[in-house]
Amino acid sequence: MTPEPVAIDTDVLVIGSGAAGMYAAIEAARGGARVFMVDRSLIGRGGATVMAQMTVAAALGEEVPDAPAHHYDDTIAAGRGLCEEKLARLLCEDAPAAIRELDAWGVGWARKANHITATTAPGHDRARCVYVDFINTGPAVSKTLRTVIARNKDIHKAGDICIVDLVACGGEIAGAVGWHVGSGAPVTIAAKATVLATGGLTRLYRRNSASLNMGGDGYALALRAGATLIDMEFVQFFPIGHLAPRLVGMDPIMWDPFRYKLGGRLLNGRMEEFTSRYGSDEDGRYVLPRDLATYAIIKEVEAGRGSPHGGAYLSFEHCAAADLRTAFGPVIDRLAANAIDLTRMPVEVAPIAHYHMGGVVADAQMQTELPGLFAAGEVVGGANGANRLSGNAITEALVFGRRAGASAAAHAKKVAKKIARRELAAGDMRAALDLVRNGHLRNEHGARSGPNTAAMIARLQAIMADDVGPFRTGTKLERALGGIAALAAELGERPAAANGGFDLQRLEWFDLRNMLSVARTVAQSALQRTESRGAHQREDFPQMLPQWQTHQRVRLVGNALQITGAPAAALAS
Amino acid sequence: MSSVAKLKIKRGGAGESERWESFEVPFEPGQSVLDGLRWLRINKDPSLAMRYSCINANACKECMIQLDGETVYACTARLEPREMTLTPLPNKKLIRDLVTEIAPPAERFK
Repeated sequence: MTPEPVAIDTDVLVIGSGAAGMYAAIEAARGGARVFMVDRSLIGRGGATVMAQMTVAAALGEEVPDAPAHHYDDTIAAGRGLCEEKLARLLCEDAPAAIRELDAWGVGWARKANHITATTAPGHDRARCVYVDFINTGPAVSKTLRTVIARNKDIHKAGDICIVDLVACGGEIAGAVGWHVGSGAPVTIAAKATVLATGGLTRLYRRNSASLNMGGDGYALALRAGATLIDMEFVQFFPIGHLAPRLVGMDPIMWDPFRYKLGGRLLNGRMEEFTSRYGSDEDGRYVLPRDLATYAIIKEVEAGRGSPHGGAYLSFEHCAAADLRTAFGPVIDRLAANAIDLTRMPVEVAPIAHYHMGGVVADAQMQTELPGLFAAGEVVGGANGANRLSGNAITEALVFGRRAGASAAAHAKKVAKKIARRELAAGDMRAALDLVRNGHLRNEHGARSGPNTAAMIARLQAIMADDVGPFRTGTKLERALGGIAALAAELGERPAAANGGFDLQRLEWFDLRNMLSVARTVAQSALQRTESRGAHQREDFPQMLPQWQTHQRVRLVGNALQITGAPAAALAS
Repeated sequence: MSSVAKLKIKRGGAGESERWESFEVPFEPGQSVLDGLRWLRINKDPSLAMRYSCINANACKECMIQLDGETVYACTARLEPREMTLTPLPNKKLIRDLVTEIAPPAERFK
């Protein structure tokens, strides 16, 4: 018998504890709200922020003269005509304030001659990207926000909470139903405002650069609650994810900062430079955009000129050992522990799923189309159009998190004027509670029967990598949709019943429920977009077409996806 | 050289009697213990409970377990072609199998 749910009441519920969720919690508390922040993993440890080893774009104007308008121009140029103007503007205009606030909280941005220094990165017209040495940006941001939160008595938080569904009451999102993975206990959370800060969907892919818990939960929660998603077909692949030799203890995207600082040479399996064949000569500098680099590497591999493990070589052999040491300090020792000596050998790299441009529709206050529901960070769609400018991911997490927290606190105040305490009506959460309370009984199946959820996730990742990767065709996408539907049928309608603490298979059932729903929106949107633009490349429709300067809006109607076009507004510079 | 690693794992939930189970997983030089555990869950026994988030980066610090009595991160400890004994952290409250309560008290669900 499953125990009665633990009932929690709060002003603002924040789902996710990466940079977006933590900043939202801080700002909501600053706005006078009591905050409850939950995470599927541990607080501030999962998600993408802690993994971000690269840089954060903000027009501080300290390293070189700069203004948000220049940052904005670069952002919309990278977005290939699909950036949502208000979100892109907010991202660029609020970035300096967020960076300076983190600086005041002691994040430790790298400094030069008393100012916060900045580096150039592909797609930026000047040095605009701040960082924490050595490749420690994400962990430092995460730790700083966690420390600020730890000192705030208005912010309560709990890790190991799997949110199953949002709950609507009287036309508003009024909280959520979930369960505590640590004990198996059902949980209901009544909230006057809810912030989704669950990040992206890179876990859908076999090789990815983020955490285990980036399975697109927020997209699935929003979709099932009736919200609209946009531009779900745009998955950014990071071209030079580490491939070989096996490297442990470092994130696979770790080569980018080396490229920023030292250039490096991208070579094919015959040790020839090859990017000029695809329209961009490297010339020893790091200027190659992500979509082009991904294309060039995949085409070389297809032509039989890949490196032994199916990628390209990245070489720093021309750099002096002392220069490598200066640029990367202790990282050189961590590489040595993996038997990698950059002065004597190249490494192998290949494209890896990195970020998702699409997501939940939200306005510049981070209000979604559902009253009471706000969104922040990567889960928001539209700011980055068809291709994200490097350095904008942590920026949007901070900026959108701050804005969402303020908006959620203001909304909670309005609700509080009408009601003292938010109650969740049993009828409105019946379906979600049924899922967390009344699963299959284990003794019908035996503890080890039932779907092998770990293997199913691996199969889904293979489908997405092989058929919904950077280069798509109608045939591959149709095949992927068939495979996703078959996995959904295999998963079934309900999980195994709760069976004590940390039932990972049961958690994976809920993960798969979300992942399969989100995979379907990506593949279906990609199938409908019969052109190539930014991160969405169709080999059967290789041209970027003016009539496709259009967002695709996705809603769930019954069990069907309804995808409608909405022409993108012309962007003012 | 043997091409398998034998993972001897202490299993059981809080309040249950412990049991030992051994699994053979394919070994390739350079792999981590976490690689072996992930292979095991996909191919042999998905019911094994373990905690990890960042997979490879040693960023999340969630995959702390004991290997042959020493506390390690499963993502950075190397898999070896021999018997390796894996146990949950002895000084933390056991939840299930290799998973213990490692979150600071203020970040736990109460």
